[in-house]
Amino acid sequence: MTTNTLLSLKQVGKTFSNGTVALQDMSLDVQEGSFVSLLGPSGCGKSTALKIIAGLGNLTTGNMTWPTATVDQLGRPDHEISFVFQEPTLMLWATVFDNVWLPLRLKGVKKKAARAAVEEALEMVGLQDFATSYPRELSGGMKMRVSIARALVTRPKLLLMDEPFAALDEITRSKLNDDLLRLWQKMNWTVIFVTHSVFESAYLSDRIVVMAARPGRVVADIAVDAPYPRGGAEFRSSPTYAEASNTASKALHAAMQSGDHL
Amino acid sequence: MTKSAPNTPEIQLDPVELRKARIARNERIGRWLLPIIVIVLTIVGWDLFCVINEVPHYVIPRPGRVLEALIEDWSLLISSLGATLVITFSALTLAIVGGVGLAILFAQSKWVEMSFFPYAIMLQVTPIIVIAPLIFIYVDSKFAGLLICAWIVAFFPILSNTTLGLKSADHNLVDMMKLYGASRWQTLRFLRLPSALPYFLGGLKIAGGLSLIGAIVAEFVAGSGGAGSGLAFRILEASYRLNIPRMFAAILLISFTGILIFMAMSFLSWLFLHKWHESAIKREI
Repeated sequence: MTTNTLLSLKQVGKTFSNGTVALQDMSLDVQEGSFVSLLGPSGCGKSTALKIIAGLGNLTTGNMTWPTATVDQLGRPDHEISFVFQEPTLMLWATVFDNVWLPLRLKGVKKKAARAAVEEALEMVGLQDFATSYPRELSGGMKMRVSIARALVTRPKLLLMDEPFAALDEITRSKLNDDLLRLWQKMNWTVIFVTHSVFESAYLSDRIVVMAARPGRVVADIAVDAPYPRGGAEFRSSPTYAEASNTASKALHAAMQSGDHL
Repeated sequence: MTKSAPNTPEIQLDPVELRKARIARNERIGRWLLPIIVIVLTIVGWDLFCVINEVPHYVIPRPGRVLEALIEDWSLLISSLGATLVITFSALTLAIVGGVGLAILFAQSKWVEMSFFPYAIMLQVTPIIVIAPLIFIYVDSKFAGLLICAWIVAFFPILSNTTLGLKSADHNLVDMMKLYGASRWQTLRFLRLPSALPYFLGGLKIAGGLSLIGAIVAEFVAGSGGAGSGLAFRILEASYRLNIPRMFAAILLISFTGILIFMAMSFLSWLFLHKWHESAIKREI
């Protein structure tokens, strides 16, 4: 395990033009290779934080640094971030192959040159046989897999996920959780995973950052000390998992009581 | 990825499904049969009306007489139809270029859109029949005048639909384009234009018919005859000569042309959308 800091947020704050404080004094160091969950109720700024990290929104106060990465002219680590949205966010008019090809295509990689990388990405998510299908022909879980394949085709260092499985059923979600962990271990990513599910965060991450709303802020930082691979049902019934879930739940409730109503 | 099994008789179906299948089959047949029956009845009724009331042929001709006129004057009518079609399709082409071009311009800058969209609406809501005489005063070439009139009528649905379509690109996909550092052109090419395609095709269906209407209306206003004059002039001319059967024949030809244009645009729409767009997908349930 490396201990290099990939990303460092120092007292980052975001205020929207209508005066809403979406995020206040968020400080967070993300280690390379870690799996961090941002857990909190809606309005706690977890998605805002993710967008700031992605470079899709500016921060109002504080600063964000990437100690180890080479940085492009926009101040983002060069070609090293991928984003998975809550919805699959696919181009409906394009085949699965073309959807996954898109990030490479935007960098000027021709179809022939991209073929190997796209096919490899599809194979990783188990969709190698669906390259010529259109998104509407796929189930919700399969669409999400395409979205993940598109995110990993650029071989990112950092994968940002914004409640990616929230809209899926329990069975699909659990399967995708396991697939995600397997890929994470294999690919050496760093993952920042936004969720509002205590159990999902405890199952997936080695670190849970609990956030609260009004104003959006960090209220707890919980380490989940369990080795990977965690092995499905077995881990879900282990004391470590129960303890992590418990601590995270308590932190959430404490923050909610001090705040106003939902 | 389920492929529906073909409806073979061995499959056991419950009464509700059987009823559904029967209704679907009847609808398939009815879609073709009913319009044909209604048309035949209309023609027979029209003929009977003329015979029973002894309507003179210079007021309402019997259907047979219209058919005769259509055959007798075929070469005259078809060359006029050709002239009208040249205007129609030139105007439609210009409407596509102008409508899509302006829509792309509007999508690039809100300021441009705010400045010029009201003018586009003004052009649309002012009836072409009142602008056309002015256009023929200012423009020397009759062809150019006709083209301008037909274009004004046809371009607005394409402009407004495409503008809406370019704006309806998925916001998350827009974000993703930004994340991967896509240029403005790439975002337009890979995201905004494909998102706008269904909207554009919807506009095209309307614009196809409108460009024919625009061309005919402009010909009515222009009114001048001679070689290369369109169907509208033939109708005017026939009405001066009380050649009512020829008027009916010309009107019939215009209607059929309009229907053919609409069908062509619908086919084009199906061609581009049937693989992915909800509007072109048949549902199982």
